[in-house]
Amino acid sequence: MTPRYDAIVVGGGHNGLVAAAYLARAGRRTLVLERRHVLGGAAVTEEIFPGFKFTVFSYVVSLLRPEIIRDLELPRHGLQILPLESTVTPLDNGDYLAGWADPDETRRELCRHSPRDADAAVVFGRLMHHMAMAVKPILGMVPPDPTSLSPGDLAGLLKLGGHFRSLGPERFHALHKLMTMSSADYLDEWFEFGPLKATKSASGIIGTFLGPRSPGTAYVLLHHYMGELDGAFRAWGFQKGGTGGISESIAGAARAHGVTIRTSAAVERVLVRNGQATGVVLEGGEEIPAKIVVSGLDPRLTFTRLVEPKDLPDSLVEAVRRFKFRGSSGKVNLALAGLPNFTCIPGEGPHLRGAVSISPSVEYLERAYDDAKYGEFSRHPYMDIVIPSMIDPSMAPPGKHVMSVFVQYAPYNLNGGWTDAKREAFGDTVVDTIARYAPNLKSLILHRQVLTPLDMERITGLSEGNIFQGELALQQLFFLRPAPRWAKYRTPIRGYWQCGAGTHPGGGIMGASGRLAAMEILRSTP
Amino acid sequence: MLKTTPFHPRTSALVRAQTWRRWAGYQMASAYDPHPDREYAAIRSAAALIDVSPLYKYRIAGRDAMRLLDRTITRDMTKLKPGQVYYTPWCDADGKVVDDGTVTRLDEGSYRLTSADSSLRWLHLNAAGMDVRVDDISERVGAVSLQGPLSRAILATVSPLDLRSLPYFRYAETTIRDIPVGLSRTGYTGDLGYEIWVDAERAVPLWDALMEAGKPFGLTPAGVWALDIARIEAGLIMMDVDYYSSHHALIEQRKSSPYEINLGWAVSAGKGPFNGRRALAAERTRGAAWGFVGLEIEWESFERLFAAHGLPPQISNVAWRASAPIYDAGRQIGYATSGCWSPLLKKLLALAHLRAPYFTPGTRVELEITVEHQRRRANAVVRKLPFFDPERKKA
Repeated sequence: MTPRYDAIVVGGGHNGLVAAAYLARAGRRTLVLERRHVLGGAAVTEEIFPGFKFTVFSYVVSLLRPEIIRDLELPRHGLQILPLESTVTPLDNGDYLAGWADPDETRRELCRHSPRDADAAVVFGRLMHHMAMAVKPILGMVPPDPTSLSPGDLAGLLKLGGHFRSLGPERFHALHKLMTMSSADYLDEWFEFGPLKATKSASGIIGTFLGPRSPGTAYVLLHHYMGELDGAFRAWGFQKGGTGGISESIAGAARAHGVTIRTSAAVERVLVRNGQATGVVLEGGEEIPAKIVVSGLDPRLTFTRLVEPKDLPDSLVEAVRRFKFRGSSGKVNLALAGLPNFTCIPGEGPHLRGAVSISPSVEYLERAYDDAKYGEFSRHPYMDIVIPSMIDPSMAPPGKHVMSVFVQYAPYNLNGGWTDAKREAFGDTVVDTIARYAPNLKSLILHRQVLTPLDMERITGLSEGNIFQGELALQQLFFLRPAPRWAKYRTPIRGYWQCGAGTHPGGGIMGASGRLAAMEILRSTP
Repeated sequence: MLKTTPFHPRTSALVRAQTWRRWAGYQMASAYDPHPDREYAAIRSAAALIDVSPLYKYRIAGRDAMRLLDRTITRDMTKLKPGQVYYTPWCDADGKVVDDGTVTRLDEGSYRLTSADSSLRWLHLNAAGMDVRVDDISERVGAVSLQGPLSRAILATVSPLDLRSLPYFRYAETTIRDIPVGLSRTGYTGDLGYEIWVDAERAVPLWDALMEAGKPFGLTPAGVWALDIARIEAGLIMMDVDYYSSHHALIEQRKSSPYEINLGWAVSAGKGPFNGRRALAAERTRGAAWGFVGLEIEWESFERLFAAHGLPPQISNVAWRASAPIYDAGRQIGYATSGCWSPLLKKLLALAHLRAPYFTPGTRVELEITVEHQRRRANAVVRKLPFFDPERKKA
C-alpha cells in the first residue's frame, strides 16, 4: 500500500516548516507534526499575560534567507519585518553609546567617545560587508565532505576553493582570523573605546558557552552580520506580531502548497525497518506511514530519541554525544504598564524603538562568563533588550508595553540544578540589573516570565536549551555540523533526514537548513 | 519662498534633517527622520500622519454644481450620493487627462474637488453659462491624512462618529476633540485610512489632538518619501511623474488618455456629455495603444547584474522617479516612470507604460538599469495593479 504521505516532517519549527513548504512545492505530499499546540519551535508568539503578546524566545530577525522569502512568497502570508534602528549601550558613568540608523548620526556619536573609532567603524563596516559576501555562497551550499572523493564532493570543494581564491589574500586572511580568533581580540585590532568593543563583541557570545575572550567567538560575531534583509547586510528587524508571525507566514505558505500541519501531535519515535524509515508513531500509538521522515529536531533528539542508537554507526552516536549544546542564555519577558526611563537618555526618545545593550565593557561580559564557567548565572549579565510594543503597538494594549530581555549567561548545568527559587532569583538579577539603568522599571512590571535554558528545553525541546540547536563553534560548523560524514542532511537510516539548525549553516531564524535539506531530499529521492 | 501649510508650526519642529521638498508650491517634509524606513513601516503596520494640505481644493456649489462637475470629470456625477467620494481623472476635449483627484459630495448641493494642479481656470471655462460658484479653498482648508491599520482605532478615541458606518470612499462631518472636521475614508496609500479636512486656523490643535490620541497606537508623522513607496505599492499614479497633464505636455506624445494610465475603469461610458467623451468612445472601440501596469523586477536577474561586478544588489530606501526604458528582445516597448523596493512585499516594483500588447499581465520584459555606470537590463514581469491591496482597506 502506498503511504498517504511522501514525507513527514517532525517538528514545526521554522526550519521544519521551510523544508515542508519546499517539499510540497515540488509536489510531495507532506505532513508536519508539531508536539506543541503552537507552531514555530523557538520562533513563537504567545499571549502569556492577557493582552500582552510575548515573542517568547527568539525576538529579532535578520538572517532569514531572502531566497526563502521569495520562493515561498512569505509577505503574502504575513511576513512583515519592521525596522529596528538603533542600539544604545548605557554606560556606568551615566553616559551612553549609541548606534543610530543614520550613519552620520552614528559617526557623530562615536566621535564623542573616540574620533579614531569613528573612522575605524567605517572601514570595519566595509570589511564585515566583504566577509559577509565571502561566506554568503557557503550559506547556500550543501557542505561538501573534504575527505570524500565522490564527484559531488569534489565539485563542491572545487567551487569553494575557487571562491576562496577569488577573495584575494587580504580578505582571505581576514576571514581566517575571524574563524579562529576571539571576538574581543579581533575587535581590539580595530577599536579602542571599551563599550564599543563590548557591544560589538556581544554578538560573538550569543547562544554560545564562551566568553568574548574565547577563541572562536569572532565567527559568531560574523554569523550575526550575515543577514541580508532588504539587500543590506547587518540589518536587523522585528517581525510584526513577534517571531511567531514568521513561523505563521511559513506555515501559511506551506499550507498553500498543500502541506498538512498537525499541532499537539508529538512524535514518539521514527519507525525503522531494515535500515529504512517507514513512518512515525505518535505518543498515544497512532502510526503514520511515509516514504521519508525529516527531523527538524536537534541532533541529539534526531539521533538518540527519535530512533534507536542501535540503528546507527557507533561513530555517529559518539559524535552526537559529544556535540556541544550547553545552553548559556535565558530570556525574561515583561509586561509593562509604561515605558522604562533610562537615566542615560531620559524620556521616550527613539532609543526605545531599538535595542538596549547591557554591555558596558568587555571585562563586564567576561566576568559574566566567569560566573557561568563555574556553574552560576551571571550576577551582572549581558542583556539585549527590545521593547517590541514600541515597534509594533499591537503587541500590548494601547499605552502599555512588552519588554523582551535576552540574558546571558544562564548555564544549563547550574550548580545544584535549576529550581523555581533559582529561576526567580535569576529573574530578580535581570530586573535589578536593568533597574540600575532604568530605575522606574520595577514599578512598571505587570507580569514577568523568566525562562532558563532548562525551561527552553522543557518547552521547545531544544537540548540543554541551546538556541542554535548546538553551538556555532568551529568544530561544529559546515561539514562537521552535526557530525563528520553526516552533514548533508542525510542520516545512516535510508529515508530519514535532518533539517534543523543543528545542520549547516545553523542557528538563528535563517531557514537555510530547512531549505537545503529539502533541496537535497528532492535531488536524491525522485 | 515656498508657502507653508497650516500644520507647519508642528511639522517644522519635527523635520530632524531639514529634508524638505516642494509640493505644489508648498514646503513639505520628505521625511521627519533622516530616512523614511520607520515612517513607511508606520503606514503599513500602525498608523502615520501625513500633511496633504498642498492639494488644491475647490468648493463648488450652486444650482449647476453637479452639472459642472459631470461635464468636467469622466465619472457619472448623477450617481454620486451625498457623503460619497469619487476618485476620478478629468480630460480635455481630445480625451487626454488634465489631472486626477477626488470629488466629494459634501451635502445635497455642494461639492469639493481636490486636484494636483491649480484648476480654477479650467473649472471656470467649463462653467460658462452655468449657475455655479467655484471657490478656491486651498489655503483655507488644511488636510491631513491618517493612514494605516490602526488609523480607525485612533479616530475612535477622539471622534464621536461611528466609524464602522463610514465605508471606503465615504465622507462625513464630525468633530475630533471638539474641532469640527470633515472625514473621508480615502488616502494615497492603499491602506486603511482617512483624510481629515479642517479649517486652517484649527489645523494645529487638530494635529496635537491626533498626535496625542495616536501615541499609544504608534502614530508616526510621515513625509513624502514614505508616502511615495506606499502609493507605488498601491499602484496610485502621480501627475507629472507617471503621466503629464495635457495642460503641461509640451508635445502631443506626452499626453495620455485615462485608458493609457489604468483609469479606464473611471470613464463612464453611459453618462451624458463631458470633456473628451467622443475621443474616449473612439479609443474604447479601437483599444488603447498604451497600458499602464506594474512591473515586478526579477530579483535573481537584478542580483546577477551586480554580482558581475562583485557587488551586492544596491537598493535605495527612497522611491525613484525617472524614466527607464523597457525592452522586449532588443526593441523598446515602453518606459517605467517610478519605482521602489517594497519593504513590505520584499520586491522591486515599478510603474510602467507599455505598448499594446505588452501590457498583458504575465508578459516578460526587460527594464534598463544602470549598474556601475553601465546600462544593463534586468528581467521583469508585468503585473496587474495594485501590487498591494489589503482587505482592511475596504473593510
